[in-house]
Amino acid sequence: MIERKPNSIQTDAARHPMSQWYQLRTDDGVCRIMLTGNYTYTALLRQFAALMQELSSHARNQELYWDLTGIQQLDSIGTALLWHAWQAHRPAQLLLRPEHETMFERFERLPGYRSENRVREWLGFVTKPGKHALLLWTHAVGLIALIGQLLLDVLYLLRHPIYIPWREISANLYRTGAQALGITALVGFLIGIVLSYLSSRQLQMFGADIFIINILGFSIIRELGPMLAAILVAGRSGSSMTAQLGVMRVTQELDALTVMGISHSLRLVLPKVLGLGIAMPLLVMWTSAIALLGGMVAAELQLGLSVRYFLSELPDAVPIANLWLGLGKGVVCGMAIALVACHFGLRIKPNTESLGEGTTSSVVTAITMVIVIDAIFAMMFSDVGLY
Amino acid sequence: MAQSECVIEINGLQTRFGNQVIHRDVNLCVYRGEILTLIGGSGSGKTTLMRQMLGLEQPYGGTVRIFGETRNNANRNSLKKNIRGRTGVLFQQGALFSALTVFDNVALPMRELHTLTESIIRELVMIKLKMVAIGSEHAGKMPSALSGGMIKRVALARALALDPELLFLDEPTAGLDPELSEGFVELILGLRKELNLTIVMVTHDLDTLMSLSDRIAVLADQRVITAGTLDQVYRFPHPFVVSFFKNMQHKTRPMNHWEQTWKTVPTR
Repeated sequence: MIERKPNSIQTDAARHPMSQWYQLRTDDGVCRIMLTGNYTYTALLRQFAALMQELSSHARNQELYWDLTGIQQLDSIGTALLWHAWQAHRPAQLLLRPEHETMFERFERLPGYRSENRVREWLGFVTKPGKHALLLWTHAVGLIALIGQLLLDVLYLLRHPIYIPWREISANLYRTGAQALGITALVGFLIGIVLSYLSSRQLQMFGADIFIINILGFSIIRELGPMLAAILVAGRSGSSMTAQLGVMRVTQELDALTVMGISHSLRLVLPKVLGLGIAMPLLVMWTSAIALLGGMVAAELQLGLSVRYFLSELPDAVPIANLWLGLGKGVVCGMAIALVACHFGLRIKPNTESLGEGTTSSVVTAITMVIVIDAIFAMMFSDVGLY
Repeated sequence: MAQSECVIEINGLQTRFGNQVIHRDVNLCVYRGEILTLIGGSGSGKTTLMRQMLGLEQPYGGTVRIFGETRNNANRNSLKKNIRGRTGVLFQQGALFSALTVFDNVALPMRELHTLTESIIRELVMIKLKMVAIGSEHAGKMPSALSGGMIKRVALARALALDPELLFLDEPTAGLDPELSEGFVELILGLRKELNLTIVMVTHDLDTLMSLSDRIAVLADQRVITAGTLDQVYRFPHPFVVSFFKNMQHKTRPMNHWEQTWKTVPTR
């Protein structure tokens, strides 16, 4: 017996809000549902959920006669709607247009999609740190191997000077050195002003104005100049080096170099390491000088300390060893930044995700490395250049 | 064929990159239900013309109408979405999102609708993948783990995700072996019959050209010099057309590759 729902069976179809989609009719004791209109996603989009709910409530009636010949357009989303309303099997009585047949057949023969069941890791608290440790180990080994390779390359170049990549070295010098002058100057000048202003306020309280020269000289030449330059370069040039190598991997340029017999380390890594090794001490000098200039300006304004006096007293207040220490840090940090950047760049896999990840970890590692190097220098040279 | 209805209508299109003129006066109409192939020499602006149709380039002059709307008028979001939803694109390199799996790549346009439930999306994706003959065991793979032919087919499945009326194919068979490209051609013909597609295609491959195209448009001298069936275009007197189809005869004539060259001349 056909179950009659008072709200779904309408004699006057026009009053029903879903009447553009289907009409119910009973003739000769057979209850029919006639679907009409366009069952395409553009047409269905707004009423998808509501229509599916209504149709599936009708589909519970097993003896309903489904007439789909009134559908003008049917796309796969429309088919999916009907198929879901039918609970994934054809109704017993169904009338279809032949051209719609294939789509329904596809749904019938659908292979089950097995979402990969993730294996529950019960030992996560052991395996996760272990994985991290192993990753760290591979990075360490990779970096050491890269350094070794570069040493071999340098030995090779000493015996075959014709292969020294001058052009690449000079290009890197320009890109990492000359083009970084602006940003390092700006940051150095501002830091110099801030540092000088704050220190001179404190010194004024003790009447020890003259020691501003010692404070600025030591802190900027020995610490701040090298660190500011190194951190800026790590963010600026380190990321671009990693991204460049990564994109070369994605576009198979690295493979092209390999098959031409051109060594990656010799042509790509070495010029970057040497270029930054030369550019960094120069940048350190530049940053320190500009920061001192900022400090002098602020000291003149705050304490009335003349620039001439500041410059004449500076060599007495700060031993020259501090400058060499700062420059030495520059060389080491520059080469370390380039090495880390190239190491991560060469490990990038040819997809966008890996490119972003590699660049991020390259910059983070390079900045950490710079600070670690600074700490090592501070310990090793704790009694050099200080009174 | 209903010659009256133009799905894409291009009138007096001009394209410039800086001072370089790519298209001077392009007029073209793509009729509903046909497969139109764009051919032309390297640098003749085939891909640029396709990018104009896709709205990826702005016309310098003239209009490009898609479904009767210009892209410039389609500033309203709904209209834009409407055009985007009715077109599918197969890029030359596939342009699959390398961070997403095959499944998620195909599911992305469906999820963007924010209407379908996850179980419906799953079924639809598996059906689309099956339509392009990708087995369900590949659904969880990343694009980097796929072969070139599979990338093309997955990209086609993604282009078909929302059942577009209009499909753009950029070099669909480039980089596929003859057997695969024949399979691809059959796949497209089958889909076209079933889904009532209008297809615009750029190709250099003569086999693909001959087995797929209803009409061919030839780009040369910064404009469309002729558009018509293969026979009509074949007879068109223009140096590019002549040299393009000369290759057809070249292909069939056996060649002796063992002729002596300056490298193999025996030295005495």
